[in-house]
Amino acid sequence: MEDHGSDVLRRVIAAFPDAIRDTHARLGDATALVDAARIVDVLRFLRDTPGLDFDMLVDVTAVDYLGQLPRFELVYHLLSLKHNHRVRIKARVGEPSPEIDTTVPVWPAANWMEREVWDMYGIRFRGHPDPRRILLYEEFEGHPLRKDYPKEKRQPLIGPRN
Amino acid sequence: MASEPHLVTERRPDRAEDDSYRDLRTEHQILNMGPSHPASHGTVKFVIELDGESIVDLDIQVGYLHRGFEKECESGTWYQAIPYTDRLNYNSAILANVGFCLAVEKLLQVETPERCQYLRVLGGELSRLGDHLTRAGAACLELQAMTPFLFGIESRELTWDLQEALCGARVTSNYVRIGGVKHDLPSGFPAHSRENVAKIRALLKDFDDVVTENRIFVDRLRGTGYLSKDDCIRYGVTGPLLRAAGVAHDLRKSEPYLVYDRLDFDVPIGEVGDNYDRYLVVVEEMHQSLRIVEQCVEWLEKNPGPVNVDDPRVRWPAKGRVFNKMEELIQQFKSVTEGPMVPAGEAYHAIESANGELGFYVVSDATAVPYKVRCRPPSFINVQPIPLMVKGSLLADLIPTFDFVNMIGGECDR
Repeated sequence: MEDHGSDVLRRVIAAFPDAIRDTHARLGDATALVDAARIVDVLRFLRDTPGLDFDMLVDVTAVDYLGQLPRFELVYHLLSLKHNHRVRIKARVGEPSPEIDTTVPVWPAANWMEREVWDMYGIRFRGHPDPRRILLYEEFEGHPLRKDYPKEKRQPLIGPRN
Repeated sequence: MASEPHLVTERRPDRAEDDSYRDLRTEHQILNMGPSHPASHGTVKFVIELDGESIVDLDIQVGYLHRGFEKECESGTWYQAIPYTDRLNYNSAILANVGFCLAVEKLLQVETPERCQYLRVLGGELSRLGDHLTRAGAACLELQAMTPFLFGIESRELTWDLQEALCGARVTSNYVRIGGVKHDLPSGFPAHSRENVAKIRALLKDFDDVVTENRIFVDRLRGTGYLSKDDCIRYGVTGPLLRAAGVAHDLRKSEPYLVYDRLDFDVPIGEVGDNYDRYLVVVEEMHQSLRIVEQCVEWLEKNPGPVNVDDPRVRWPAKGRVFNKMEELIQQFKSVTEGPMVPAGEAYHAIESANGELGFYVVSDATAVPYKVRCRPPSFINVQPIPLMVKGSLLADLIPTFDFVNMIGGECDR
């Protein structure tokens, strides 16, 4: 696997030679596509390894590549305050029940970000401590950022909850 | 909090020393606060478990202002997403415009002219000033102090006057374009800005006189809403909250974008990480923003030049050429009806917004419509650790804590 001159990618590839599926560093963003089953191991390695020290989970999101297999791509952006470098880690999960291990034990910041991904894309996070929807309400049907969710779709009316 | 004007008692009795508390059998009470509460600026619901007046547990329910920002962006052209970014953090719209356009420009590999970059910094810092003034002013209001709030709002009006001169709108600016900005400076802007900057400085002095050493204000802020440096980092907290905890992390310094590396400004940091430190950091950042505004105006006066990149993929041709040349007419037609075609790929670009790291992760499939526009909202991520900040403290401490976290519903809920 090519490290594209990135020290971070070189070290991740060396530590997980069989879990990295693809890498690129286009536009200066070092990126690695990781086997979904190893995501927590890789993120923990990035956080704990001296010299990498990715202490901050900046963002977790997903992209729906409808028509591709596997369908969904989870995107984790990490930042190291100590060394001032960034990396993007991605993992693919597919249907019928897309799910991946939660990263809340690694960074508590992941809690709300993963809830949002569940809410918007319907990707389950195994072991998540609080797997509720976050921006939408519990009675909402479907996951609106999926590409097969029509923008104009109406939702059933719900009464007041007391 | 109902005000009880007749009582002036010592605040916060030490419960461990007061024996009467030990034998008192109390039940925990669940209190719903919000989604629309006069003492919280922002539409958010707190479900609070109370033991007397102390917060035992807190569940924050966000999403009341969710309006499908990302879904809407995925259904229009790249240009049509810019007005939506105004409505993320409506206190500092230009910062969100800049953040989005920089991410798209990264994907397009477009470098904007120097003058455009100075204009973006100028607009962005005016926005940041407006945001911080709202935060500090509204915090006073919600702690029952009307006068400093009016100082803050009057100053914000002055920044909005400048924004109006710059782009014709006060709140939702829609100023920045992919590869440029909408207008160059209007004539008379330098003098106008110097006048308003001087007025804002005078108002900040008044604000400072009334608030900074005010006993009531200091008592309500000092030691409340504490969040340690490590917890800030573990929870992804950025912006003034992180700096108040003593971490000198500011993307304008650590990953300079636009022309911030050529400007002279300081990054204030706090020591403790409580609300009072946050207040001090925010006020000092306003002074630094004023310095940046002055430097930008001075540079812009001396260095005329183009404000738009000369790249037919993203910017329209000059009007005179459109009316007289066939090719330019076609190009204008294509630009308006389709907008720029962005090469396939993905890019993440983050800027230092008033609340912290505002990042945009954009994915293009080489069409004129964005495949994915993800906004990394600092408000959303900074709200998450509020339970950590207020557990065990009094219900009244939630108000200043929430003020200085400065959740902006539009950005938090998108």
